[in-house]
Amino acid sequence: MTAPRTLYRKLVDAHTVQRLSDDEVLLGIDLHIMNEYTSPQAFSGLADSQRPVWRPGAHLAVVSHVNATRRNGPGDDDAALLIRTLEDNCRTHGIACYSLKDARQGIEHVVVPEQGLARPGMAIACGDSHTTTYGAFGALGFGIGTSEVEHVLATQTLVYTPLKDFRIVIDGPLPLGVTAKDLAIRAVAEVRAGGANGYAVEFAGAAIEALDIAGRMTVCNMAVELGARAALMAPNQAVTDFLKGKPQAPTGAEWDAARAAWQGLASDPDAIFDREIVIDAATIAPQVTWGTSPDQAVAVGGTVPDPATEPTPARRAAAERSLAYMGLAAGQPVAEIAIDRAFIGSCTNSRIEDLRAAAAVLRGRHVSANVAAVVVPGSNLVRKAAEAEGLDKVFRDAGFEWRPAAGCSMCLAMNDDVAKPGERLASSTNRNFEGRQGQGARTHLMSPAMVAAAAVAGRLADVRNFPPLS
Amino acid sequence: MTPVSLIEGTAAPFGQPNVDTDVIMPKRFLKTVTRAGLADGVFADLRFQADGSEAPDFILNRPDYRGAQILVVGDNFGCGSSREHAVWGLAQLGVKVLLGTTFAGIFFDNCRRNGLLAVTLDSATRDALLARVADPAQAQLTVDLPLQEIRAPGLRAGFDIEPARKQDLLTGADPIAQTLTHAESIRRFEAEAFAAAPWRRIVVG
Repeated sequence: MTAPRTLYRKLVDAHTVQRLSDDEVLLGIDLHIMNEYTSPQAFSGLADSQRPVWRPGAHLAVVSHVNATRRNGPGDDDAALLIRTLEDNCRTHGIACYSLKDARQGIEHVVVPEQGLARPGMAIACGDSHTTTYGAFGALGFGIGTSEVEHVLATQTLVYTPLKDFRIVIDGPLPLGVTAKDLAIRAVAEVRAGGANGYAVEFAGAAIEALDIAGRMTVCNMAVELGARAALMAPNQAVTDFLKGKPQAPTGAEWDAARAAWQGLASDPDAIFDREIVIDAATIAPQVTWGTSPDQAVAVGGTVPDPATEPTPARRAAAERSLAYMGLAAGQPVAEIAIDRAFIGSCTNSRIEDLRAAAAVLRGRHVSANVAAVVVPGSNLVRKAAEAEGLDKVFRDAGFEWRPAAGCSMCLAMNDDVAKPGERLASSTNRNFEGRQGQGARTHLMSPAMVAAAAVAGRLADVRNFPPLS
Repeated sequence: MTPVSLIEGTAAPFGQPNVDTDVIMPKRFLKTVTRAGLADGVFADLRFQADGSEAPDFILNRPDYRGAQILVVGDNFGCGSSREHAVWGLAQLGVKVLLGTTFAGIFFDNCRRNGLLAVTLDSATRDALLARVADPAQAQLTVDLPLQEIRAPGLRAGFDIEPARKQDLLTGADPIAQTLTHAESIRRFEAEAFAAAPWRRIVVG
């Protein structure tokens, strides 16, 4: 009889080509995704060593990070070179590339699920840390560096050190007005940045089971902020329903076989986790970050914490540094913090469900005169779906700028979408690091609906005070 | 990859926790198709002032620590973005060893791929090193990978390292060439996996 295994361990076992040492296995990768800025040196490495791509059909390249979104184009010469290089490399090796003229282009982690390419039981790698997103489907997704991008291109495998198992249970239903993003930020604050280094995190519990697919993706996406190299959720009926009929999902007998196999894909009841924490969903309120690490977060009704309460001198110094960068003082009520910008977008929160949630707050309301508000849809398909529903009009009527092109844009500000020094943002993104959204820019992370509420109020605000007006 | 063995040099204290790769290599240095020319990007927002001149207080600009080959770093160093540019830049700046407690997973793997020795120590040992090298007179360290120890006058601290990583660093291995020696196993694995689970066979359209 085999020992009970976690879902993570089952996925590693199913992808182990062979054991290499006590610590390492050779892991087969089913799908590899590339973007324009972490892949050029991998392709030039292949060219230098004259190695072919092992299985070109198993790769997808998507332009997402450097392109402009004010209009559909590269934006500048450096970006044009990166985009052209990706297109050329893909053409040379026979790899699918969704570049700027492709109707399917967008943020890679929005595009891949839309196409039905992320499926339960798969192993998916990408030169992007937020590849943990695919845990939402019960797939082992993880980020890699450019040298490993080259490794996957050349071998369709990676030298892999299996992680330890960590289960985060979110018990009970989420309170009204509390979203997957709030749950994710709370989990990061609880475990702390880096607290899950060396672990694969499986999310479980009633609050997780109740999430829609977009919410599952938001939570798994943010898991990398607590250091998890992989995030997982057992696939459920919602996953199967989501995948059915997607453009590149399996069909016919293959679909039937897949669906049957996915049903049993879960941690065994007696599987042992190296670590486990339980968070009572009832205690989660809408969250905002106050500092420069995603774990520096409080409930929106709270106050900026006093660094003196930090448990170690290093943490105290870090908190003081964060407050200085953010221009905040200990004890300041969060809801009094005025903002200059509002940004809705990113692989964490730019899907149609996210845009609907923000639009529900904005219908019949208007953005504060002091706030520049922007929404960048996660993909061109999201943009078209939103426009078909009239969401673009809701955003525009409320004073938001509705971008005509899709990409990461101001989440990491690699294009011309850059906040100015000292500007304060309410942002539906994933990182509040120093300089992330522009040198000297001050980021507060929150859910898309909370960003909408902040944009209207002109300061950080509790979305529960902004019920739908119509 | 250049093999790593014995590193003797100045160690700089850089103990703040959660130093992310956006801080190590800001985005404006990422729009490149090569690995070269990234040394100036390392910690650029901390190292340089708005007018481009050096920030005199930044640790690596201080005369005692300029050109340090060893950094003693805070918890969760290298978190955030997967950008390998951060490691390329550190290596180009001449950094050969990072002495810390925990490193973010992708960054840690990137270090191994580029001959940068990331050493994981317990907090007490790391904190003692931070305190020691804060005195420039005591900032000279020897990091001995074959013997797995850190040495200085009056100091000898051992460290653990996974045998495979140690071997790769010592030999300057080409991991892709090593993996391709298993090409037959990979082909067999693919055939078996796709027979059992056809939906895992992706041909992107």
